Amino acid sequence: MAFERSEPGAGLAAVPIVTKLLVAGGFGVGKTTLVGAISEVRPLSTEEDLSEVSVGIDDTTTVAHKRTTTVAMDFGRITFPSGVVLYLFGTPGQERFWFMWDELAFGALGAIVLVDTRRLTDSFSSVDYFEIRDTPFVVAANHFDGAPRYSQADIRDALDLDPDVPVLICDARRRESVKEVLIASVTHSLARHQSRASGLSRLGGI
Amino acid sequence: MAIGMRHESERWLDRDAGPVVRPYALVRGRTRPPRAAPDLIDIVTAVGEPESDPFGIGPEHRRLLGLCRKPTAVADLASDTELPLGVVRVMLGDLRQRGLILVAGSARHDSSEEAVLRSVLDGLRAL
Repeated sequence: MAFERSEPGAGLAAVPIVTKLLVAGGFGVGKTTLVGAISEVRPLSTEEDLSEVSVGIDDTTTVAHKRTTTVAMDFGRITFPSGVVLYLFGTPGQERFWFMWDELAFGALGAIVLVDTRRLTDSFSSVDYFEIRDTPFVVAANHFDGAPRYSQADIRDALDLDPDVPVLICDARRRESVKEVLIASVTHSLARHQSRASGLSRLGGI
Repeated sequence: MAIGMRHESERWLDRDAGPVVRPYALVRGRTRPPRAAPDLIDIVTAVGEPESDPFGIGPEHRRLLGLCRKPTAVADLASDTELPLGVVRVMLGDLRQRGLILVAGSARHDSSEEAVLRSVLDGLRAL
């Protein structure tokens, strides 16, 4: 049902419905912890051209030969009894791996920007990325022991978020807390999808 | 999130040292698959057995083929084989060119998106 068959006859065995959510945020904010709290974490590596990593750097004369760099990532997988499979991909935290984000973001249901309230500026670039690409996202502040508590309104102001972006306080180590974040993310994506669809039909588009 | 480099003073032994054959040697230096690269969560299903083809299909290809007897996502194949994603994609391209696998794309931006969202939501609530 939800599959676009890229080749005829692709349904020899039951092909599951798969989809993904992104988990973004600064380095060390708890992305892997969050994924691990709710799903089995699996390692994944990619080898990328350094030439792609260094896009934007004009001087290529010093790079005499092509080299690759390994980016280690991990991802989570939740298989629901209905057969639907949800993948959770953490985005690489370092800015030099930003070129990978487009691939990760393509076709994602939505995104979670995990923030540490002591280092809010680390999440600016993630927020910008999803705003610019119009990917529905929620902000989840991972509460670290001993860190000062801020209200959702404070976090919203500090990140200059649109009013419709949900802001949550979570504990990335706790399964129930992470589950709430995922539910908020998918609920937000669904609401966005529905408001777009009704907007289109009012315009007579469909 | 770690980059695949460790402190220089650490010694890499056995499995940690990585494969004797560098990953890209498995695909003869190619970094792009012959056709459009499959997405991370595209589902691959084996549909054929390789004929004797010593120059095209190697043991890693066969291993990959074995793993997708059951429909399997590209990201899981890369994780299971411990090969870099780019290498897996090139090998999947080889297998696809020979008609040994089928690749099904996940639904994107079409009318079924709402159904997928609802079903994920139901699944999460029941966890």
